[in-house]
Amino acid sequence: MATPNVQLWEVFIRSRNGLAHKHCGSLHAADATLALQAARDIYTRRGEGLSIWVVPSNAIVASDPSEKGMMFEPAMSKVYRHPTFYDVPDEVGHM
Amino acid sequence: MYTQALNAAPEAEAPFIEDAGRAAHFQARIDADDRIEPNDWMPAAYRKTLTRQISQHAHSEIVGMLPEGNWITRAPTLRRKAALLAKVQDECGHGLYLYAAAETLGTSREELIDAMLSGKAKYSSIFNYPTPTWADIGAIGWLVDGAAIMNQIPLCRCSYGPYARAMIRVCKEESFHQRQGYEIMLTLSRGTEDQKAMAQDALNRWWWPCLMMFGPPDNISQHSDQSTAWKIKRFSNDDLRQKFVDATVPQAHYLGLTLPDADLKWNENTKHWDYGTIDWNEFKQVLAGNGPCNRDRMAARRKAHDDGAWVREAAAAYAEKQKARRAAAA
Repeated sequence: MATPNVQLWEVFIRSRNGLAHKHCGSLHAADATLALQAARDIYTRRGEGLSIWVVPSNAIVASDPSEKGMMFEPAMSKVYRHPTFYDVPDEVGHM
Repeated sequence: MYTQALNAAPEAEAPFIEDAGRAAHFQARIDADDRIEPNDWMPAAYRKTLTRQISQHAHSEIVGMLPEGNWITRAPTLRRKAALLAKVQDECGHGLYLYAAAETLGTSREELIDAMLSGKAKYSSIFNYPTPTWADIGAIGWLVDGAAIMNQIPLCRCSYGPYARAMIRVCKEESFHQRQGYEIMLTLSRGTEDQKAMAQDALNRWWWPCLMMFGPPDNISQHSDQSTAWKIKRFSNDDLRQKFVDATVPQAHYLGLTLPDADLKWNENTKHWDYGTIDWNEFKQVLAGNGPCNRDRMAARRKAHDDGAWVREAAAAYAEKQKARRAAAA
């Protein structure tokens, strides 16, 4: 008998206070409570986390990697968004 | 723990190139040390090779819990028991990281597991050897995990992103496994005559199967070329085996134990340890299902899967019930 499919979850862990939650992997669980417990057992066996988020994988909306050129072009062409674009005379000192 | 050169697959097939332009672009990305991610275009043969390798690596971690699990209730002290329990739990975790990486290639967890339970998919031959004494737990940690580390460190730079990231997590945890094994061997080899003999006996039984973990010699390994071109494999089977021998021989000498190889000697010219001939017929037999514990391991996995069915069913039923309640309340 084939095994029935179980919901996939993405796991995010905040390692230390002040740092953002970071994606660390995925797991299968029937519901949110089991997903949290499984995330603790799979991804924080050595005290890696202070906080865990689990998100159903199918709830994530992602950009299409094949369109990354078009997607990120607006950010690539705007050098004036970087501080090094602007000339400040040496005499002014650190700014 | 690890899978041996399971990339040396049973059915050799020429990679079918579905789109020459895309394939050239793909190879250019690999050559530039770019990482391939799940949604990127990839040749069907690359996907198939990786699905097989990663899932069989995962199966090895899961089956690998059995030989050591055999000693959890009989560990000699509470300290040893806690360490062994943590190690076996790590192996389970490694299996789960790897299944998650394999799934990103488009095969479901359930299909992967069913392929293992039906016997269609392989796992590392090393786990088909028995663990009759406590010293086997020391030998497994020291040698099997030691060989695994040799094999897995280059996989941290594998071209497929999810596999490489899973291997980084695995390698971080693996070092404790090898050290706890070596500590067991050290304690036994500094103990009574009987304890030392037990350590020597375990080394005698595990040494050759561990050398086999690196897979067939380079001159007969059929899949290495393509895997090397795809940067899945970064060192040849024989190179990794030599590294393992060179690292392990001095550790065995420190224990005061003798490696079961009359031909083992230091080669001043190559600056490597030369070792004797490996019995590849034994390796083939174990891979073909005729090792000492193949049937036992498969039976144990199937029983665990079947015995756990009610848990999966109950969890699914509970999730459904909660969903229905939330829908009714909304």
